[in-house]
Amino acid sequence: MESFALLVAATLNAGTVLAIAGLGLLINERAGIVNLGAEGMMLVAAIAGFATAVHTGNDWLAFAAGMAAGAVLAAAFGALVIWLNTNQYASGLALSLFGAGFSAFVGIKYTQEKLGDRPRFEIPFLADIPFVGPAFFKHHPIVYLTVLGAIGLGWFLYRSRGGLVLRAVGESPESAHALGYPVRRIRLLAVVVGGALCGLAGAYISVIYTPLWVEGMISGKGWIALALTTFATWRPARVLLGAYLFGGVTMLQFHLQGEGVQIPSQWLSMLPYLATIVVLVLISRNATWIRVNMPASLGKPFFPGS
Amino acid sequence: MLKLEARPQPSQAMSLASPILALAITVVIGVILFALLGKDPVRGLQMFFVEPIKSGYAWTEIAVKATPLVLIGLGLSICYRSNVWNIGAEGQFVIGAIFASGVAMQAGPDTGRWIVVAILIAGVLGGMFWAGIVAWLRDRFNANEILVSLMLVYVAVMVLSYLVYGPWKDPKGYNFPQTITFAAATKIPRLFDGFRLNIGVLIALVTVALAWMFMFRTYQGFQLQVGGLAPAAARYAGFSSRRALWLSLLISGGLAGLAGGLEAAGPLGQLTPYVPVGYGFAAIIVAYVGRLHPVGVVFSAILMSMFYIGGELAQSRLGLPKSLTGVFQGLLLFTLLACDTLIHYRIRWRHAPRPLAPPAASSVQAAATPKGA
Amino acid sequence: MEPQSPTPRLELIGISKQYPAVKANDQVSLRVAPGQIHAVLGENGAGKSTMMKIIYGAVQPDEGEIRWNGQAVKVASPAQARHLGISMVYQHFSLFDTLTGAENVWLGLDKTLSLAEVSQRIVKVAHVYGLDVDPARPVHTLSVGERQRVEIVRALLTNPKLLILDEPTSVLTPQAVDKLFVTLRKLSSEGCSILYISHKLDEIRALCHHCTVLRGGRVTGEVDPTLETNASLSRLMIGAEPPQLQHREPKLGAVVLEVKGLSLPKQDQFGTTLADIAFDVRAGEIVGVAGVSGNGQQEFMAALSGEDPRAPANSIRLFGSDVSRFSPRHRRKLGLHFVPEERLGRGAVPTLSLADNTLLTRTENVSKSGWLRVAQVSQLAENLIKRFNVKAGGPGAAAKSLSGGNLQKFIVGREIDANPKLLIVSQPTWGVDVGAAAQIRGELLALRDAGCALLVVSEELEELFEISDRLVVIAQGRLSPSVPTAKATIEMIGEWMSGLWPKGGVLAQEVTHA
Repeated sequence: MESFALLVAATLNAGTVLAIAGLGLLINERAGIVNLGAEGMMLVAAIAGFATAVHTGNDWLAFAAGMAAGAVLAAAFGALVIWLNTNQYASGLALSLFGAGFSAFVGIKYTQEKLGDRPRFEIPFLADIPFVGPAFFKHHPIVYLTVLGAIGLGWFLYRSRGGLVLRAVGESPESAHALGYPVRRIRLLAVVVGGALCGLAGAYISVIYTPLWVEGMISGKGWIALALTTFATWRPARVLLGAYLFGGVTMLQFHLQGEGVQIPSQWLSMLPYLATIVVLVLISRNATWIRVNMPASLGKPFFPGS
Repeated sequence: MLKLEARPQPSQAMSLASPILALAITVVIGVILFALLGKDPVRGLQMFFVEPIKSGYAWTEIAVKATPLVLIGLGLSICYRSNVWNIGAEGQFVIGAIFASGVAMQAGPDTGRWIVVAILIAGVLGGMFWAGIVAWLRDRFNANEILVSLMLVYVAVMVLSYLVYGPWKDPKGYNFPQTITFAAATKIPRLFDGFRLNIGVLIALVTVALAWMFMFRTYQGFQLQVGGLAPAAARYAGFSSRRALWLSLLISGGLAGLAGGLEAAGPLGQLTPYVPVGYGFAAIIVAYVGRLHPVGVVFSAILMSMFYIGGELAQSRLGLPKSLTGVFQGLLLFTLLACDTLIHYRIRWRHAPRPLAPPAASSVQAAATPKGA
Repeated sequence: MEPQSPTPRLELIGISKQYPAVKANDQVSLRVAPGQIHAVLGENGAGKSTMMKIIYGAVQPDEGEIRWNGQAVKVASPAQARHLGISMVYQHFSLFDTLTGAENVWLGLDKTLSLAEVSQRIVKVAHVYGLDVDPARPVHTLSVGERQRVEIVRALLTNPKLLILDEPTSVLTPQAVDKLFVTLRKLSSEGCSILYISHKLDEIRALCHHCTVLRGGRVTGEVDPTLETNASLSRLMIGAEPPQLQHREPKLGAVVLEVKGLSLPKQDQFGTTLADIAFDVRAGEIVGVAGVSGNGQQEFMAALSGEDPRAPANSIRLFGSDVSRFSPRHRRKLGLHFVPEERLGRGAVPTLSLADNTLLTRTENVSKSGWLRVAQVSQLAENLIKRFNVKAGGPGAAAKSLSGGNLQKFIVGREIDANPKLLIVSQPTWGVDVGAAAQIRGELLALRDAGCALLVVSEELEELFEISDRLVVIAQGRLSPSVPTAKATIEMIGEWMSGLWPKGGVLAQEVTHA
């Protein structure tokens, strides 16, 4: 029972990373922009966060650094894609490739560094409840903030005027422009906020989740987060659930290895990636379902004044 | 203020100049980076742009590095022109290497030279198989090929790891994760003694010619490109988008697998966990910088090889980190995309529109004094 | 002209706007009085859209002045225009399909009201002006007429002093047009000025008090349309009397195309389901298909051309053989050629040369092994350019470098030159200048005289009446019986466009609010 509670806790932790990045990408895509640079942004944010934590010893500054790194890279991407109308897929890829190289480059000095003991958190009273306590109430504040964030984003998208405008821009930037909304600025804002969230996810990985720096340590979570937004049909609550599901699959492999299951570790390590493929296949099968739920302008360039 | 103004026709001149401009900007940023790292920028540039082309031997090294980049880059060019986004060439490269090694390991001391052909064909088939999975999932289930092909890269690397740590591990290899060294007969024939240059270069050059003919002189190649440029026009013409999907993925997968086979049976001579070095990703940049054109791919592959070799030299001689190569490659693509806007847009100085003279008592008077722009 | 009028509500003085390839507006002037219904008349490409965008703040003029109630103003953005009291109803609606009518209207207003308040106001305004609108329904469930009403209500809720309507009747049946005019006259009587952009002469003469005519970016006249005739307005609009086309008696041959029981479910939620379409086309005749846009023409064309391969077996027969499931290439081999309504992106690839674009439908210069005979391909394009009088920079010119009219001539020419047995054309002269349009119609008639069977789909009733031998009407995915053009009238076809043809009584109640 004890180990199962820990498994649940680990799932929530792992899922949080994917959820933060996924929510950030959701904001992007609701505005009509697909940012394939998620992996690159998370890598650069991871090293930015780790380095800041090493030098200042302050986790929250590290998170801020990660968010800033993500936001800056996203802004560069946004300028290219929104004002110069470059191909969104190619530009995102360029960002990922650059991020991989740049993070490896900057991170050389930090591969041997260690952070101090990671803080432990507990919600008093609730943490002592058997099973439920260790499973749900001993997490880093970011885990709880993520849940709140998902709820808040849902409210924003469907109950506020700002969210309505965002959805309108994503569905038809031309019509929004005709109504007088500053479409390009709205899109840039969405991209930058999305980048900041991806940055937070990256920093969380290197500072809390696996507190170290290794080249390429994001290992595809950025790409999985992209798949997640499609899987969740661009709804925040579903992103959260999907993220936890994936977190569960990732944790499953460790759990199985720990239980001494006789499967070579590599096959278990493949699980998250194979799961992503399966999920993509399941959700994409119905092309009309996707088309109905997808922000209609996703990936397409927008030319004001045409 | 600066404004972007659409050109009536895309500029041919800028189409050629844009990669050069992008390279120039990348170099400038490179110089800044060197200075920030406390190294002499001139020496740094020398490592990247002079040393790799200084001698005949240096050129053969470039050819060796460029061969897989050209092969994969050609395949990706065809793919991207069809608007099929194969990002998993690295995975197809690895699986190609695995299939090729599987055949190579069957060779013994008495096997004839023909086995080289079998090895390379196995490589092609391996790459095609891996890419075929992507095609099938997109064809049957409409699954996005970008994410699927990428996930399969991670899976391919795991499969490789499993094989070299497990069933294919050389029992006499001191427990290192590697296969047996392949028999001498499997070695890709070298062109000249003393140089690492092998027939892979010739295969690559032939492929360049074949790719050019396919793209620009065959109806099937034309169909693929129309599908990528204007899908509605392709439907109108009756071109099969299904065929385009399968053809482009199988071709790019096959070429990536061929490159993998050449690497495994050529310079490596065995299978190790270090087979994936990122050629599959670098080739994406090669294809783009080469304008998705076979001749352009050759030039950009040479440029990329210079980055790779320069990075290695900069590390050994100047103590600069090898990951600089990755930074430059990513930067090059980024700046290229930015410079490409100049193909379709001009930069102009624009004054805000000037109104007529302040309203006079009657509109007649105002109309009689028009103002030039 | 009218006697000295009070301060104009809106005045444009010397407005000019240059785009890279064309001067869209050249020293344009306009005066709209308060409460006046003012028409802006001009062909496609005359500069009407640009002028509207300038008034509405979406585009800035290069020179000239705008005056609002006598004051010089700069309309820097649509939001500013709304502040002044200028409101616009777009030709291609700017609505968001996945949002409700109320949410759409809310987006069009400034922030001060809540969604609930907006919904209430919508119902009130709709009632006052006789516009039937349900604010809670998502827009994608609304018919075209209903969507326009949402657009109009959105404009009305801003309390406009000037309402601009851009080609509002291109998507309406003649009966729905009358209802719209009632609304507009009420608005005008309350002091709201109306700018009515159109190229439909009858409507302008029936509705408008005053008319400014544009041609080639310049104002060619300011008249009182009630005192003009269609011919005189036409002269101002196109510079000359419309050319008369030769019309010979058709020499009918065998049945070329036979369609029976063509039913096709729609492919996406915004489409139209085809229901039991049946008709035929004989060699040597032109059958015209009339209909308000959005009633299934796209789906119908796609089924006939082969772009949609789902037609039920034996529903489409060419010379007696079943082609319902054949690909476009196969149908072309049998002699069926098609000109789609979208030129760039479907009929031609914009960035490819004219020579390359011939390869879309003409494969004579491709060898059996798939090799392209490049020289012959280029020669074919050269021949087409000469034969059809296409103004282009040569066979190597990119398709998008041609003007709309010239590209249309090229595409239509490409298909005519293939010596088809059946030519299907969708919107043959949309967006095409008058000279090219006349040439294209002439070519179609010549093809008919040579024994080809033609099917022409068009939203321009005058055009169909001009060139067709027989007419059918498509409404709500169904096809009417055919009627010889000589026996048809515009009123009758107008009724049929609402689905009210004999044996179609079932449709009557569905279509009352078109």
